[in-house]
Amino acid sequence: MSEITRSKAAREKAEKAREKAAPLGDDIDLDAYSQVAEEHPYQDDPSRLPLETKQRMLETGVVLDDASQRSGTFLQVDHSVVHSKAGQDGLEVMSTVTALEEYPWLKDYWWRAVAVDADKFTAQAELHQTHGYFIRALPGVKAIQPIQACLYLSQHGLAQNVHNLIIAEEGSELHIITGCATAPIEQEGLHIGISEFYVKKGAKLTFTMIHNWAPKMAVRPRSGIIVEEGGVFLSNYICLKPVRTLQMYPTAQCVGENALVRFNSVLVAPPGTIMDVGSRVILAARGSRTEVVARAITTGGTIIARGHLVGQVAPVKGHLECRGLILSEKGSIHAIPELEGLVEGVDLSHEAAVGKIAEEEIEYLMARGLSRDQAIAAIVRGFLSVDIEGLPPQLEAELQRAVELSEKELL
Amino acid sequence: MLEVEDLTVEVEGKEIVHDISFNVDIGETLVLFGPNGSGKTTLLMAIMGLPRYRVTRGRIVFKGQDITQLPVDERAKMGIGILFQRPPVVRGVKMREIVRACLGGREDGAVIEQLAQKANMVEILDREVNYGFSGGEVKRSELLQLMAQSPEFVLLDEPDSGVDLVNISLVGEMINELLQKDRLRSRTNSGLLITHTGHILDYVDADRACVLLYGGIWCRGNPREILVSIKSHGYEGCAVCQK
Repeated sequence: MSEITRSKAAREKAEKAREKAAPLGDDIDLDAYSQVAEEHPYQDDPSRLPLETKQRMLETGVVLDDASQRSGTFLQVDHSVVHSKAGQDGLEVMSTVTALEEYPWLKDYWWRAVAVDADKFTAQAELHQTHGYFIRALPGVKAIQPIQACLYLSQHGLAQNVHNLIIAEEGSELHIITGCATAPIEQEGLHIGISEFYVKKGAKLTFTMIHNWAPKMAVRPRSGIIVEEGGVFLSNYICLKPVRTLQMYPTAQCVGENALVRFNSVLVAPPGTIMDVGSRVILAARGSRTEVVARAITTGGTIIARGHLVGQVAPVKGHLECRGLILSEKGSIHAIPELEGLVEGVDLSHEAAVGKIAEEEIEYLMARGLSRDQAIAAIVRGFLSVDIEGLPPQLEAELQRAVELSEKELL
Repeated sequence: MLEVEDLTVEVEGKEIVHDISFNVDIGETLVLFGPNGSGKTTLLMAIMGLPRYRVTRGRIVFKGQDITQLPVDERAKMGIGILFQRPPVVRGVKMREIVRACLGGREDGAVIEQLAQKANMVEILDREVNYGFSGGEVKRSELLQLMAQSPEFVLLDEPDSGVDLVNISLVGEMINELLQKDRLRSRTNSGLLITHTGHILDYVDADRACVLLYGGIWCRGNPREILVSIKSHGYEGCAVCQK
């Protein structure tokens, strides 16, 4: 990357934050992971990727055999961009490294929604960035199909440090499906993913992220979202597979009047998995609203489900909801909702419920002829299937599929 | 079709129903009157086999088979269905899915729509089961599920409670269909109907009646005559009446 686009100040801050532990999540020894990856060749036709890779990507909602289903595709394996293409006028899809070279003005967006010196992970992404995607919709452009991106880790012991940048310009509409996965092997690795989202005036961005990690993976996404006047940001996060340690706390700031943010998370923690996942929304402009919903299931792992709403001006409205199901003798769910009203006239609320499936509900379904196992399956399936307002049907189908795939393993 | 012999039922260690015996023949509808707390619901739940309602004495025989120890889903599969008075909310599970399950899991969208139309429930098919339902919607939802399940023996727990006049005639129609009331002969379905107020009897005919008081059967007789008596003297009148 050209040194002109790299801010010297950012680099210096990153250097200072090199050893800075994150306030949440277990500390991770970054030196335990390799920074050097084998190069993977670029593929003009992504359907020619190995079948196994394609299958693994498909499980995260990334479709490679039918280009007509997507308005753009970005694929990264380890440190190599193996495919990158926009399929509609007015949409841009490329590596952020390329984008920074092409658009010098992008430096105004770089590390603005996420602080470069937040912790050692943001610092590492600055000091050892290995691509990441740049997705942008030009003003007024509405993506017909979702754009998909996949960040794939195939090399044992590797640290993948990506920095993504997503811009929905004024009045545009973007739907993005991001799948993150590891090769189907018992591998160790670290994924650091910085994502900065900018939703401009009147734009709408739907972001659906499906994580399929491996039992020995450490994952530290760091996301920031800035939503301008009348902008809409809808996030759906699905993580149903084992992961050794995952900690993230995406933060959205509603800086324009009547901005809307929704976070939906669906988490399943099998034994050996620790997930510390939250969503934070700062309502900093009049009329801004948010709804944060988390569904968590443990089958033996640990889930910390956080939520934090901050009402800085009035009127604003926010609701936080967390429902947790404990389906095993072991395992725990710790819901930590926080509401912070800083002025008179904010309207913030939360509800949280953690427990096992109500026996009464199981018996009710059994009275209709379902066996006990079928009744539990129906309730769990229902619990996981998030009804998301404003979600395009293709994305809904992807979510449904992800849930169905995991259901068998779950029960 | 159903024989209940000397049945005693406890709930959380407390005996609620004591030594009750009665039977319901094929094609017959038995109505059970009784004030709140007389044990009506407990009796129905015990017949359905809900684990909280523990049979401590006596037995339940359905179609010649002793089902006293059978789990609830097995009883449902044998042909017993129940309309719950206060069914639980099942978050996340859609009406459409539960109706499909009642149909035995067959993926027949057309049948589901058709049944929903009968129950005036088409708009509710994509809502979560019992979530935010009005009193009338709860009953119609229960009956829609029962119509899909098509049981030979229907337990109806206060189908007329909390239902307005607009809904009650539809509820009555659906119960009549479940109980094959359009057939004069060859009726094969039977029912046990609980009512506190008796309103439902303006819409559904019953063949015989019992009054349940203090967890036991107080008297038996003609449904109309008993209802007239309850209406004029109240259940207090029953209590002072000779058993």
